[in-house]
Amino acid sequence: MSIQHHISEELLLDYATGQLSEGWRIAVATHLALCPSCRRRLAVMEMTGGALIAEPVDEEATQEAASDESASWESLRKRLAADRAHTPDAERPVKAKASSQAGQTVLPEPLRSYVGGDVDTVKWRPLGRGAYHLPIETDDGTARVRLLRIPAGKPVPEHGHRGRELTLVLSGSFHDGDDLFARGDFEEADETLQHQPIATEGEDCICLAVTDAPLKFRSWLVRAVQPIIGI
Amino acid sequence: MFSGSATRKRRRAVNRGEMTKTTDTEPRAEMADLIARIGSDGDMEAFEQVFRAFGPRVRAYMMRLVRDPQAAEELMQETMMTVWRKAAQFDADKGNAATWIFTIARNLRIDSYRRSKRPDFDPNDPAFVPDADPTADQTMEARDDERRLHAALEELPPEQRRLLDLAFFDEASHSEIAKRLDLPLGTVKSRIRLAFNRLRATLGDRS
Repeated sequence: MSIQHHISEELLLDYATGQLSEGWRIAVATHLALCPSCRRRLAVMEMTGGALIAEPVDEEATQEAASDESASWESLRKRLAADRAHTPDAERPVKAKASSQAGQTVLPEPLRSYVGGDVDTVKWRPLGRGAYHLPIETDDGTARVRLLRIPAGKPVPEHGHRGRELTLVLSGSFHDGDDLFARGDFEEADETLQHQPIATEGEDCICLAVTDAPLKFRSWLVRAVQPIIGI
Repeated sequence: MFSGSATRKRRRAVNRGEMTKTTDTEPRAEMADLIARIGSDGDMEAFEQVFRAFGPRVRAYMMRLVRDPQAAEELMQETMMTVWRKAAQFDADKGNAATWIFTIARNLRIDSYRRSKRPDFDPNDPAFVPDADPTADQTMEARDDERRLHAALEELPPEQRRLLDLAFFDEASHSEIAKRLDLPLGTVKSRIRLAFNRLRATLGDRS
């Protein structure tokens, strides 16, 4: 089935203009790996960036930066001469192995390298009620990134958000209200959304979740202890 | 996903483009050829021409974010060094020189200025889902598209154009733009959506 839920214009533009920090980028880039339609939208945005950068510049701004264009060229030329001694940079990062069977790889790049392998290598940690997670380390202090595994037919505890939450389905599927989210589908939620995702029967649902604040769980248990522990 | 009377709009844009913008296409096509010459022959003269055309623009782009002339100059030089090193990877037949240089400059802004890691998708990854239309990415970058996009940008209402400028050059988020221009956030979002709907329609609505 083809992807039904795509990246919003706002989030995709943040990606195209270079505003997204690492944690959020992982979710957007991994969806892009699975979604040709969003890649075409990204291509139009990057072409727009190209067209804008090709516009003639404001003279004052440039003069402030470099009074002498030729001096700038001279300095660049010297660096080039020095650079020519170097071999072309082989800067390809080491990619985590894909599954041996072609077409069976569940986690696309860039996510797979963050996890350190495909989904069959994940060391899940229990969250209770049959759910598991794997926290993913990043240098991004603004985002919390993790894989979630929700048991087939079971709900993620109902929760609201203090901030943004991005969810990308990688295998299985979940329902949220009337909407079905399957592999590649992308959900953006914010503090205005109360939702109750339920994993579809028959298969556990594995998804990537990026949040910028701890979720406010609204289960009866958490509600019961919230006043006491102050979350 | 983004339907509209694309064909009609596209034809109109092309016609207008031919009437007023024909001369404009030559230097851009030339730019792609210059980059090809750098890639194949290490042609220093070609590189100087690319530098003279794009250096000041890339510097201005950097300046909008870093606000420091020396840092902006350094980031511009880094961008140009990357153009030099990667010129052989640029496809002059299909490539759009301005878009290519923009993505290099943007990535350097992220790497050097924001100091953020830059995870990205990898078209050679076995889990990568290629486009069903194998020419999609290529046609998107065709030179004809470049010309049409320029014409469409010229025709955008100034208030939409201004928002794109702030998003790309100042890296302003939608909410920062709303605050800066004293507009409701919903208005900013809808104007940006309108702008891209129009630009996409110009390019044949292939999304």
